[in-house]
Amino acid sequence: MALTMFEKIWRRHVVVDRPDGYTLLYIDRHLMHDGSAAGFARLRARNLKLRRPDRSFGTPDHYVSTGGRGLAAITDGHHRGIVAAMARNHADHGFTVFDIGDERQGIAHVVGPEQGITQPGLTMVCGDSHTSTHGALGALAFGVGSSEVTHVMATQCLWQRKPKAMRITVDGALGFGVTAKDVILAIIARIGAGGAIGHVIEYAGSAIRGLSIEGRLTLCNMSIEAGGRAGMVAPDDTTFAYLNGRPFAPKGAEWGAEWDRAMAFWRGLPSDDGAIFDRDVTLDGAAIAPMVTWGTSPEDALPVTARIPDPDTAPDAAKREGMARALAYMGLTPGTKLEEVAVDRVFIGSCTNSRIEDLRAAAAVVRGRKVVVPSWAVAGSGLVKRQAEAEGLDRVFLDAGFEWREPGCSMCVGMNGDLGTAGQRIASTSNRNFVGRQGRGVRTHLLSPTMAAAAAVTGRFTDVRKLATA
Amino acid sequence: MDPFTTLAAIGLPIDLPNVDTDQIIPARFLGRPREEQAPALFHDMRRTPDGALRPDFPLNQEGFRGAGIIVAERNFACGSSRENAVTVMVDNGFRAFIAPSFGDIFFGNCFQNGALPVVLPAERCAALRSALHAKPGARIAIDLAAQTVTGPDGAVDRFEIDPFRKDCLLRGVDAVTLTLGYEADIAAFEARQREELTWL
Repeated sequence: MALTMFEKIWRRHVVVDRPDGYTLLYIDRHLMHDGSAAGFARLRARNLKLRRPDRSFGTPDHYVSTGGRGLAAITDGHHRGIVAAMARNHADHGFTVFDIGDERQGIAHVVGPEQGITQPGLTMVCGDSHTSTHGALGALAFGVGSSEVTHVMATQCLWQRKPKAMRITVDGALGFGVTAKDVILAIIARIGAGGAIGHVIEYAGSAIRGLSIEGRLTLCNMSIEAGGRAGMVAPDDTTFAYLNGRPFAPKGAEWGAEWDRAMAFWRGLPSDDGAIFDRDVTLDGAAIAPMVTWGTSPEDALPVTARIPDPDTAPDAAKREGMARALAYMGLTPGTKLEEVAVDRVFIGSCTNSRIEDLRAAAAVVRGRKVVVPSWAVAGSGLVKRQAEAEGLDRVFLDAGFEWREPGCSMCVGMNGDLGTAGQRIASTSNRNFVGRQGRGVRTHLLSPTMAAAAAVTGRFTDVRKLATA
Repeated sequence: MDPFTTLAAIGLPIDLPNVDTDQIIPARFLGRPREEQAPALFHDMRRTPDGALRPDFPLNQEGFRGAGIIVAERNFACGSSRENAVTVMVDNGFRAFIAPSFGDIFFGNCFQNGALPVVLPAERCAALRSALHAKPGARIAIDLAAQTVTGPDGAVDRFEIDPFRKDCLLRGVDAVTLTLGYEADIAAFEARQREELTWL
C-alpha cells in the first residue's frame, strides 16, 4: 500500500494503539526553551525524573535580552528567574543545554536544525507552536502545551489521535524577489488561518523542492498559522547536504557506517507514488508575488502591488464587519495602495526569518543605503550572529543605521520587553500579526526579510523587485 | 485533575472568528505566577488602554456575570501553544467552550486541565450566540456522558468526542499517571529503536 511520509513516520513511533483510536506516540527529541521551566516545576512537584536527558535539548529564547548578553541584561526579576532556571534544571536533570552565554544559544527552532538535532523521520515536540518549523527536514514536529511538555519529560511519549494528511503542491518557478515567506503567506491567504486544522501538511512540488533548507524552515514554521498540526517537506539531497557534519547529526564515514545507515532510513521516508492525502491543494508558484499582510490574521495577506481591500466587497456581513474591525485597528483606508503605506519601524528576526540566508538577503538590499525608520536585525542564534559578522553583514546593517542585536525571540512576541508602542506600524519578518502581538495597539505587517529591508530604507512598503533593479 | 461530568452555566458569546491565544491572554502576562494571571483574561479586548472596562465587551456586562461556558466562532484560540490560555479560562470559571472549530493545541490543552472543547456546526454556534445576546444570563447545559448541549431554548445538540478523551475527563484521569502504567511498552519500544536508529 502506498503511504504518505507522515504515515510512515507515525507508524514507526507507535508505542501503544488503543482500540478507541488513541495512540501513545514516542517522541524522539524534545526541545526545551526558557518557558519549559514550568514543565520542570511540575515534574519536581510529582517527584518524577526526566526520562531521556539524552533526547532533551534546552536553550533559552523567549525571555532573553537582545540588548545585552547574559542574565544581568534581563532587567525584569521574574524573567531573569525563568531564564536562570535552565541552568538549575540542567544541573538536576542532565540534558544538553545551550544556555545563555553559550555561543550556540538561540531561538529553539533555529538551534535545532543548526545543531543537527532535527533530522528526517524523527518525532519532535517543543512547548511552542512554531515547532512545526522542524518538518523542513522531514521530521514530524509539533507544538504542545506545558502539561504535555511535562508528559514528554516524564514518559518520552504523548497521547495522540492521528491527524489527517494534507498535501500542498506548489509547482513552477518562483519569480525574482519571491521567497519562501511569500509562498507560505500566499498559501495561508488561500486556505485561511484555520484551513489546515486537524491536518499535517506535506509541502510538495517543484517550487518547494527548489527551496533551500532555510527556505523550507520558513515555510514549515508558519504551518501553524494555517491551523496545521505540523508541516513537512520530504528529505532529499538538499536535506542530506545540510545535515552532513552538524554536531548532533549521524557521523560521516570516518565514524563507520552510521551516516550510511541513517541515509538508508531517510531515503525511504518520502511519500510513495500514489499515496492518498485527505486533502490536496495546489498553487502556481510563478503567480506568487512578494506579499504583505494588511490585517490582523496571517490570512490577510496580499501581493505588495495590491490595494487595501474594501469591506464592502466582502461576501457576507460577518466578513465585512471583521475586515472593517481589522482595518480600524490597523489604521488603514480601503483602496490605498500598499506601496503608499508608511511604516514606523522594521524588525528582521524570529524563528521564521532570522537565519543566515535571511540576513544575507536583507543585507543585500540594505547595502549602500540608509534606514529612514528605526530598524532592528536580530540573528536567530549566536552561531548565526557569528557567521553574519564573519561575512561583514553586521557592518552592512550597522552602516545603514540598523541595530544589530543579541539572539532571541525578541519582537516577534515581545515577552522579553522588545515591544512597539501603541499606533506604531511595524514591518516584521515574524509570523503573527495578531492584535497586540508586538505590543498593545501596535500594527504588525508580516513580510519577507528582503521586503522588510526595502521598507527600512524607503520608510514604506516597497516592492523589493523595483529596488533591486533600480 | 477535577472530573468533568455535567455543566450548566451562563453562556458568554464571543462573536469574532480566529480569536487567538494572544487575545485570550497577552504574552506580557505569561511570565507572572498563575494566581496573578487571572485578571488578564481577554485583557486587551476587555479594557481600554487606560485600564477601564469596555462596556461593549460581553464579559464586562452584568447579565453575563458568573458565566461558565463560552460560545465562540471558527478557529477559536488559534495561535500560540501557551497553556495559560486554558488555565486563565479555568481560573475565571470557564470550563467549556463551544465553537465550529478550534486551534489544535488549545483543543488538546483543554483536556489536560479538566476543560471541555465542544465542536458544533457553525450555524448552531451562531444561533446559540444570538440567543445569549438576546437574553444575557441565559444558561447552557452540557452533559458529557450523553454528549449533549442543551441551549437556552431547550434545543438539544449532540456532539462528538473521542472516547479516550471523554473517559479521561469523566474520571478526571491524569495522563502522566495513565502513561506510566505503560512503562513496559515504552521500554520495549526504546529497545527496538536502539537497534534500528543506532545514531540517535
